[in-house]
Amino acid sequence: MIRSLRVILCTILLATCALAQTTLNGAGATFPYPIYSKWFSEYHNQHSDVQVNYQSIGSGGGIRQVQAGTVDFGATDGPMTDEQIAASKVKVLHVPTVLGAVVPAYNIPGVTQEVKFTTEILAGIFLGRISNWSDPAIAKANPDTKFPNQSITVVHRSDGSGTSYIFTDYLSKVSSDWQGGPGKGTSVKWPVGVGGKGNEGVAGMIRQLPGSLGYIELIYALQNKINYGSVKNAAGQFIKADLDSTTAAAAGVKMPADFRVSITNPPGKTAYPIASFTWLLIPTNPTDKAKGKMVKDMVLWALDNGEGMASGLSYAPLPKEVVDKVKAAVNQQVK
Amino acid sequence: MSDSVDPMNSPDPVEQTHGPMTGIPALAQAVSERKTGVASSVLQRIRDTQPRSSRLPDATFRVLILLTAASVFAIVVFVVWELVDKSRLSLHQFGIGFFFGHNWDPVNGDFGAMPFIFGTLVSSFLALLLAVPLSVGVAVYVTEMCPIRLRAIISFLVELLAAIPSVIYGLWAIFVLAPLLRDYVEPFLAKTLGWTGFFSGPMYGLGMLAAGIILAIMIVPIIASITREVLTAVPQNQREAVLALGATRWEMIRMGVLRNARIGIVGGVILGLGRALGETMAVTMVIGNRPEVAKSLFAPGYTMASVIANEFSEATGDLYLSALVEIGLALFIVTLIVNALARLLVWSITGGTTGRARA
Repeated sequence: MIRSLRVILCTILLATCALAQTTLNGAGATFPYPIYSKWFSEYHNQHSDVQVNYQSIGSGGGIRQVQAGTVDFGATDGPMTDEQIAASKVKVLHVPTVLGAVVPAYNIPGVTQEVKFTTEILAGIFLGRISNWSDPAIAKANPDTKFPNQSITVVHRSDGSGTSYIFTDYLSKVSSDWQGGPGKGTSVKWPVGVGGKGNEGVAGMIRQLPGSLGYIELIYALQNKINYGSVKNAAGQFIKADLDSTTAAAAGVKMPADFRVSITNPPGKTAYPIASFTWLLIPTNPTDKAKGKMVKDMVLWALDNGEGMASGLSYAPLPKEVVDKVKAAVNQQVK
Repeated sequence: MSDSVDPMNSPDPVEQTHGPMTGIPALAQAVSERKTGVASSVLQRIRDTQPRSSRLPDATFRVLILLTAASVFAIVVFVVWELVDKSRLSLHQFGIGFFFGHNWDPVNGDFGAMPFIFGTLVSSFLALLLAVPLSVGVAVYVTEMCPIRLRAIISFLVELLAAIPSVIYGLWAIFVLAPLLRDYVEPFLAKTLGWTGFFSGPMYGLGMLAAGIILAIMIVPIIASITREVLTAVPQNQREAVLALGATRWEMIRMGVLRNARIGIVGGVILGLGRALGETMAVTMVIGNRPEVAKSLFAPGYTMASVIANEFSEATGDLYLSALVEIGLALFIVTLIVNALARLLVWSITGGTTGRARA
């Protein structure tokens, strides 16, 4: 008797908890996971009735889940393609949240100076046309650096990743041979090199292989104090990636109405050329109106209060004018 | 022998406690069944002499056990069904050519599984090549020659190897094994065996050779501990008999022990091969993840398990996903074929008879 009473009490207690708190489910990109989890826990502290459960299952998974309508919102590092949008049962708005950048990291024996990379050098090396550090093209861009006669080992990501997407998107823009060859994607058919799993895998291989060149996320390079080179931007300046030059990349780009825009190789003197937004995918006409409203509130809160937390975690915040545009779009398009 | 009781000819105590009413017909039946089969008649007698109430648990038990056995079939059928169903798009698009295609280009939607099948098979067989002599050596030493005190230590260490998570093996391989290979082993191999073509090209340290070695280290504990158990199971009088005929210690081990234990050893090798074929994490970290078929063991490769683990989470597009599931199907088929071949090997060794010492 006492036991069954206890069971009933527990059930009631659980039920009231469930009533008081709504869980929003999101899934997608791994790259912004640290900042998103900070936002969502901070949001829960301020709004105890909303709990956000975000699973970093990868951009591809995020897009699929949101297409199928199994999550309340998704997240992706590469914008959805036109075919994906056409195939989706759920209409979504791409909401840019923060910016990420990808940097070239290297291990050249005897070279301690910062190496400058032009678009020709980067595309040439990753296409396999430049295969030695003593190549005249590299020497020309770095007149003050003495390069050894050492063959280049290219290191790329082996796992499908938004980092690869940003990097190959950049190469496709600056090199027609790259665009016509491997193209852009989360995984591509790399002409040369070896693959490492994750940023840590690529960084580990670069450390291990003399003469290697790879690409890693700026955040990872900053947090682990890995040396990386500067890249020549569209205005002809050699820019080293940091949070300011990454934010600058977004400032010079004309934003389309749906925010699906690539900002690699942007105009602007101070812009770092290998940068990208990461997006939340918000259903514009959610089936569960109450939850939809909560997602909308949460996104607007993040745009207002979250951008300030970004740089603490080495993410580049959106430029002010982009935040305003995005907020207007969320208010207007999400019902 | 004359004083031992033959259960078939004398009434056993169970019957006597139940009295003549149940005992005599049961005995008569048992006698009549003697020719058809000893085991079944004994079972029948037990069944007949049991009170009715104890038959229900037996029946329930039988059904339960049957269900657990059937569940294995159900799981296999379900796995195959899912793999075929989910890879339908890719099966339709590429047909049988998928398994022989060399191109893996997610951007342009062209997929072929050959480099991955090649990588899985080569890395696994390389691992076997290195691990089998090593593990059999360890097992022989531990069972035949080792001082008792050292035996416990070696056995413990071997089993410890099995308990290390594969990601730790992978990290160790990146930071310790790969530099060793690049700086010492690969230059040596290139100098001495470079003419074969298997040891040439740029030396990254990472690649097929590194994957084979790390897999070998990972399957040694499996093969070694099974082999040890099998060798221990060889009857002592076999050894004594061979020694009594004037054999040396090596001849005793070869003829008296290994010969008797060969089926069990093959069983251990098959288990090790199974692990090698499916191992993902450690291999992904060192194989170089490059989908190409290269003759040189220095060159990077790619395995089926690795490509699924690497690309599944970010795979966008139905055809891409479908192709990845079909890689899973290919892995299933390859495992099936390899296991079937291993079974054939066992049969050819034993000539159809069962061995004296089995795992």
